Amino acid sequence: MNAPTQGLRLASDLGASISVHNLSVTYPNGFTAVHDASFQLDPGSICALVGINGSGKSTIFKAIMGFLRPSAGEVKLCGMPVDEALKKNIVAYVPQSEDVDWNFPVLVETVVMMGRYGHMNFLRMPSRADRYKVDEALERVGMSAYRHRQIGELSGGQKKRVFLARSLAQEGRIILLDEPFTGVDVKTETAIIGLLRELRASGHLMLVSTHNLGSVPDFCDQVVLINRTVLAAGPTAEVFTQKNLERAFGGVLRNFQLGGRDLHDDDDARSVTVLTDDERPLVFYGDRAEKRKEPDAK
Amino acid sequence: MTEWLTELLVPFSYNYMLKAMWVSALVGGVCAFLSAYLMLKGWSLMGDALGHSIVPGVAGAYILGAPFAVGAFFAGLLAALAMQFVKHKSRLREDAVIGLVFTALFALGLLMASIWPTSVSIQTIVLGNILAISDEDVVQVAIIAAVSLAILLLVWKDLMVTFFDESHARSIGIRTGFLKVLFFTLLSACTVAALQTVGACLVIAMVVTPGATAYLLTDRFGRLIVISVALGVLTSFFGAYISYFLDGATGGVIVTLQTLIFLFAFYFAPKHGVLAARRRRKALTDGASVESAA
Repeated sequence: MNAPTQGLRLASDLGASISVHNLSVTYPNGFTAVHDASFQLDPGSICALVGINGSGKSTIFKAIMGFLRPSAGEVKLCGMPVDEALKKNIVAYVPQSEDVDWNFPVLVETVVMMGRYGHMNFLRMPSRADRYKVDEALERVGMSAYRHRQIGELSGGQKKRVFLARSLAQEGRIILLDEPFTGVDVKTETAIIGLLRELRASGHLMLVSTHNLGSVPDFCDQVVLINRTVLAAGPTAEVFTQKNLERAFGGVLRNFQLGGRDLHDDDDARSVTVLTDDERPLVFYGDRAEKRKEPDAK
Repeated sequence: MTEWLTELLVPFSYNYMLKAMWVSALVGGVCAFLSAYLMLKGWSLMGDALGHSIVPGVAGAYILGAPFAVGAFFAGLLAALAMQFVKHKSRLREDAVIGLVFTALFALGLLMASIWPTSVSIQTIVLGNILAISDEDVVQVAIIAAVSLAILLLVWKDLMVTFFDESHARSIGIRTGFLKVLFFTLLSACTVAALQTVGACLVIAMVVTPGATAYLLTDRFGRLIVISVALGVLTSFFGAYISYFLDGATGGVIVTLQTLIFLFAFYFAPKHGVLAARRRRKALTDGASVESAA
């Protein structure tokens, strides 16, 4: 069975990677949601998947999860076909809050235990190691005190943490997060980002679909910009530029530009550009995306 | 006193009553197991649709002298295919499609049974008649219920994950598509079995009420199943038992019992009952008024 030591192996030893190669996905009704998309992600990385609604974010997630069959191209996880990777518990998925039935009669600890199911036998009987991993995961997200609550009784941020705990308990090397910051307070956002950074340091690979443009430069080292195909992919500093974002979002984003003369009396010609999709706005001062000051240790 | 007791034990001395009680209990238990899942997904009316759709199959099977389970299976299949077909070929919403298909099949069943009178009357199919169940039918029902129960006991956790969070279920390698097909196959099979005890009209209660009651009583899925199955078994067993004294339709008694227990839970459930909610609201407003007074 699973000895507890197994979890101590670094995910990086096992080479967490996602490679999407010339992926096209056409739905049965003939709509091609994603066309010829390619990108490659390596261990120890947090990558933002950014695009407008309907740009194919969830289609790409579904293709990575094996929900949708590519009509062309392929997805490989850690060098393996998707189905094989799923059987090995390589991928953990943190769903969007709207996709969860919060009235479902399950307790917090039951949800986290579901993360262990892939490690259990056919009857899903938890072993001591499984229980230990659940305790540990709940502790790590600070939800131990709420373990006997029904999931609907939690606040928005707590709900998110439960599902993060599940992905920790699952010990997937690749973690997919669907809009993790929607409906979450700033404190939880900071906590989630802190946790993701820890996971990155231990070699995990995280793909985060997000509307929250402002926090992307904060914690994502890679960005994949999509609009029905991959527009740009690579290190945040290179890809997450004003020009690329305008290309990805077209006229969808609120865009404020404050000229140099409006702001100050000197002859500094730089202007401030604020891009926002109703969440934390993204601010360009000159050409650089502003990084938020690191909050001091918690 | 002893006379009274003897009177109460009378049903146990009749073979047909004993048979009715244990077959009802078995079917009630397995239907209740399924109800724990069905009502959570908003698919409750699927049970109703299935119950009505298989009527022509059952009528046809009796006319041809085939096992009723076979006829029901084909009718269920026909219903599922017809629903898919209409849904794809028209812009009707799902509820309209379900309503159309199941009433059409139900009407066909009534027509068949009235044109070609058989050993089994249409009333038996629609209302059920467990007291007159034949030995072959008992065997069929028992096999269906026992196999379904065994499968459910093996996969109940996988089904829970699939119904709760399909993406996660897939991410841990659970074959969710297969499990859903399996679930609906079991549901159809158990609907067929329940047809014998409560009839086509009341099948829906068997696959909804126990789960709905249990849902009001617990927040843990494992317990929900246990409570639901216990309710299903007990109400079916005692429903059949009581029907002996009332000389009433077994199905009616079983479902009435289930409904009474549901109403009790609806009002008195410790956390999700009407009274508990009222208490909470009161505590809240009292607390608020204390605060504002202070």
